[in-house]
Amino acid sequence: MADNKYLVGVFDDEDEVLHAVGEVRHSGVKIHEVYTPFAIHGLDRALGYDRPRMGIAAFLFGITGTCCALLLTFWTMGIDWPINVGGKNFFPWPTNVPIIFELTVLLASFGMSFTFFVMEGMGPTAKPVIFDVRSTDDKFIMAIDLSKNKLSELEITDILKESGASEVNVKEV
Amino acid sequence: MAHNTHGIPSTEERFEFTSESRSKLLIAAALGVVLVAIGAFLLNKGWSIGVWESHGAGHDAAAAGHDAHAAAAHGGGEHHGPTLINRIIANLWMNSVYFLGISVVGMFFISYNYVAKAGWSVSIKRVAEAFPSFIWVPGAIIIILFLIPSTRHMIYHWTHEGIMDKGSENYDKIIATKSWYLNMPFFTIRLLAYVGVWYYLWTLVRKYSIAEEQEGGLEYYYKSRNVAKIFLLFFAVTSSTSAWDLSMSIDTHWFSTMFGWYHLASWHVAGLAALMYAILILKDKGYLKAVNDSHLHDLGKFIFGFSIFWTYVWFSQYLLIFYANLPEETIYFRERFTGHDGRYWWPFHINFVLNFFFPILILMARDSKRRPTLLKLGCGSILVGHWFDFYQMHMPGIAKDQGGIGIIEWGTTLTFASLFIYFVANTLSKANLYPKKHPFLEESLHHDI
Repeated sequence: MADNKYLVGVFDDEDEVLHAVGEVRHSGVKIHEVYTPFAIHGLDRALGYDRPRMGIAAFLFGITGTCCALLLTFWTMGIDWPINVGGKNFFPWPTNVPIIFELTVLLASFGMSFTFFVMEGMGPTAKPVIFDVRSTDDKFIMAIDLSKNKLSELEITDILKESGASEVNVKEV
Repeated sequence: MAHNTHGIPSTEERFEFTSESRSKLLIAAALGVVLVAIGAFLLNKGWSIGVWESHGAGHDAAAAGHDAHAAAAHGGGEHHGPTLINRIIANLWMNSVYFLGISVVGMFFISYNYVAKAGWSVSIKRVAEAFPSFIWVPGAIIIILFLIPSTRHMIYHWTHEGIMDKGSENYDKIIATKSWYLNMPFFTIRLLAYVGVWYYLWTLVRKYSIAEEQEGGLEYYYKSRNVAKIFLLFFAVTSSTSAWDLSMSIDTHWFSTMFGWYHLASWHVAGLAALMYAILILKDKGYLKAVNDSHLHDLGKFIFGFSIFWTYVWFSQYLLIFYANLPEETIYFRERFTGHDGRYWWPFHINFVLNFFFPILILMARDSKRRPTLLKLGCGSILVGHWFDFYQMHMPGIAKDQGGIGIIEWGTTLTFASLFIYFVANTLSKANLYPKKHPFLEESLHHDI
């Protein structure tokens, strides 16, 4: 993996970093990612991220679960081995609603988790890049990929300092 | 989309309840009464305008003989067939219960938000706070209808003479075993306690809310929280018992362990939908500028979630009986599916469409929970749907084969709705639209999701 040089801006406050994201993007710098100890409302919007499309994945996995459950209950209870329970029909659909519901939820949630892991490149062998360990404590980290920016290292450092970064470090990954 | 950290609107807003809208609402309420009279007159003459209405005042005794409820009737001479009066009483009862629920959910909403230390809901708190001012009106109607012997007999089968006395020809063993719970003194005390305590706790919260606005400080916040805790404890029990008393004991022979939740879920989601509607109407009129689309989104999620929760308990109630082979409990559904010439089949099934299918499709997407038009559509569907829910809970037991949907139903509902809006608007106009010195107001004004 080619060595990439990153500029890491460290901020002390969530309002500051939220504000800085707007300023830095406004001056034409592409931000790689912002790492915070907790979720900040409006940060995804400030970073210009698209709305997550996880809902579509959830729907597709969910509907798969519904179909599987219908097929499973219909095949086992209606065709393969019909059982007479209290004189009800061989395929009493209300009886199967809990199973249909459960399998829908199960497949939707598992599917969403796997989709998330695959899309984010997370997994047992993945090595996460930690730009600054303090982002898990009390600092707010803004990482900028220098290879993807036209501005020089010095210019971006100035922009970060101006927008309120308490320190700017260089990290090679 | 405007980023709402800038330009927070003023918290100084006062709702003006003009004398014009006052008189309009009162005229609408009076019109409702006139409609009931016209509807009753026409039906008495044998002219039916509504649907599922029986033809003429006389009823088809053979049809009544088939249904399960009639099978439980006792041979006593006291029993007359249901008449038009039953239908009017049933309407009064179902609308009272429906609007009592919507009103008390205002208090419920405030209480759980206090206990959860929720900040987002503060800017809509005053709207929810206005709802319970109506509690005593349907409450009083319920108590009066219960205290008058003739109407009590129409509503509650278990109040009939001698039904719990061994040796009487009206004796019913199933009902007699329930006499420790279903008896006149205890029942009266319970009804008084529901209406009285719910209303009293609301007056406390309201008083503290007004005082907080004058004096500020945290003292009234803690006081309101304590009242909220007491209310939630009380409501945890009384939401179920009131469901058994007001709705389930109409069909005395039948019981369901899901009923308390089902009834509460119905009340809750209808109350939240009414809250959303009130907010949207106020916003349309230029009020509540500080309520942004994030607030609507959160309340919309609440409504979406609880409409699914309602469906879950509604269906579970059916499913438990179906699953566990409880034939003696199928009487409730039998009466609604095929009883009384099948006239309650539609109200029962329309329930599912209006309260689940339609709202889930409309309110599922994120954007639709931020769009007033779609919210109005979804919430309107829920409000109408839960009216039908209470209709099918009460009508088969009270109006029996006299039930229908016609001018009488429109009239009663119009009267109740107008009075409800009158009370809510009147309470709203008496204070600022935001609790100005509430400690969490600032958080709510910056609410952004």
